[in-house]
Amino acid sequence: MIVKLLSGDQPRSVLLTLLLLVTLVCLAGAPFLFDGVRALDTAARICIFIVLAASYDLLLGYGGIVSFAHTMFFGLGAYGVALASSHMGRGFDALLVGSVSGTVAAIILALLIGLFSLRVRAIFFAMITLAVASALAVLVSQFSGLTGGEDGLTYKIPRALTSANRMGEFMGTQISGKILNYYLVFTAALILFLLLLRIVNSPFGRVLQAIRENDFRAEAIGYRVIWYRTMATCLSAAVAALAGSLFAIWLRYVGPDTTLSFEIMLDILLMVVIGGMGTMYGAVIGATLFILAQTYLQNLMGSASEATSALPLVPDLLNPDRWLMWLGVLFILSVYFFPTGIVGRLRERRAS
Amino acid sequence: MSEPILSLRGLHTDIAQYHILQGVDLEVPRGQVTMLLGRNGVGKTTTLKSIMGQWSAKSGQILYDGQDITRLPVSARARAGIGFVPEDMGIFRDLTVEENMVLGCTTGPLDPARKDWLLSAFPALGTFWHSEAGNLSGGQKQMLSIARAMVEERKLYLIDEPTKGLAPAIVSTMAQALRELKAQGASILLVEQNFSVARALGDSAAVMDDGRVIWTGEMAELAANKDLQERLMGLSMETH
Repeated sequence: MIVKLLSGDQPRSVLLTLLLLVTLVCLAGAPFLFDGVRALDTAARICIFIVLAASYDLLLGYGGIVSFAHTMFFGLGAYGVALASSHMGRGFDALLVGSVSGTVAAIILALLIGLFSLRVRAIFFAMITLAVASALAVLVSQFSGLTGGEDGLTYKIPRALTSANRMGEFMGTQISGKILNYYLVFTAALILFLLLLRIVNSPFGRVLQAIRENDFRAEAIGYRVIWYRTMATCLSAAVAALAGSLFAIWLRYVGPDTTLSFEIMLDILLMVVIGGMGTMYGAVIGATLFILAQTYLQNLMGSASEATSALPLVPDLLNPDRWLMWLGVLFILSVYFFPTGIVGRLRERRAS
Repeated sequence: MSEPILSLRGLHTDIAQYHILQGVDLEVPRGQVTMLLGRNGVGKTTTLKSIMGQWSAKSGQILYDGQDITRLPVSARARAGIGFVPEDMGIFRDLTVEENMVLGCTTGPLDPARKDWLLSAFPALGTFWHSEAGNLSGGQKQMLSIARAMVEERKLYLIDEPTKGLAPAIVSTMAQALRELKAQGASILLVEQNFSVARALGDSAAVMDDGRVIWTGEMAELAANKDLQERLMGLSMETH
């Protein structure tokens, strides 16, 4: 049953299985295991970024396609929900219409980019995606009447999904609509991740891997490389847009900085590379570690700085303001020690 | 005599600024093994790659099964029934032997009878069926490359130096598999430097020099005539 759910793609490492199980249990029980709004918000972000990173892994790790437009698709899904909720008023119908239209828009844009640009060499394709994504970010900023410009959009979601909806107590925790909202995000993220796992382990996924390794050989066997690459771009864009919709439902706000910025694009790239490209599980590990570091590294450094206050220089180095520098150091070290990503390394250990 | 499965007419191919094929004329009869011979660098591999479409022909015509495929995309040529085994063992290293073989099936699932035949021809592939192809030895990779091309029945096989750099035991396995493919009535255009293999398998031969076919005839005639060999290829088959 579990093997079937995972599409036969098992973690193939005891340590990796344990890490994935711990992540799954923590995310599934987050509202009851951890106190506070911040913890729940972190868990929801982890769920969403797992899907976003996994959809990018389909493109980069399995298809060998370097794209810088992934946040654009993420943003389209998020703005779809935001615009629908702003114009149709709060309601599940607005969420559904917004998610579907954002996803359809992402698929159409991905199809156009794919058909027009995937024939060129990889580096030029990457440049084209960067240009299109930048253009869309500028458009969102310029059409402030529609999109709220740099300020973004704040809107209402169904009351059933907000803190105002109180549904009693369970295991000492007050059950509110916010927790319901979290489980909507968690369940959707789980389904989308399992769907991606199914896609990469299907014959389509195998052809993608073959194209990544040697596109001429795949073509010479009879596979239309351009069609497969375009399909991968569309699928990946659709899942990214759905992740964006979940993000919009969770945050009740969208803005260029939270969904469209190049910084998020780099974050996704790092999550996939650190976790392990072409493994899907790498997206789970990479996104979880990255979001945890982003959220808690500053606190951790604050405590470390206080604990070492008697020493010279060390408290300054561990000053919470320097958290970005340490995050950078952590990334350099992880890429150095785990060139095939954490998942790749764990699987190698098993193989040796 | 029936129409040949493949005819090249005045084929010219450039690679960058180099004019490699300078008017290749060649016919590959149906159900026969045609050997493409010649010294290194005369354009044998480029001829195969031009037929497959990896290099676009600058001028000339490629007629395959009665159809002009000169401007068809590579995948369409493959789907029309041309199987290509390149010199550089174009296997997919990250995929398992099984996945490589399944990828070779573009028209349907892997046929069990065909699989059994290939695994009896290349037993090593059965042993490493679930291993990543990148972990195979050089000879096993070459077996996989050939087996993947044979996994579905093709109308024409283009095979580039299948025994190059292989140990003698593996060369005989490879030659036996090609003999079995020939016995099934396959049409094959084979580039081969190992003359004992060429002599054993070839029905007809075409010798190339300087980007052109300079001699065509029966393989047996070429194998028996040392003077002809020396004149066409600068060496005698007996010495190799």
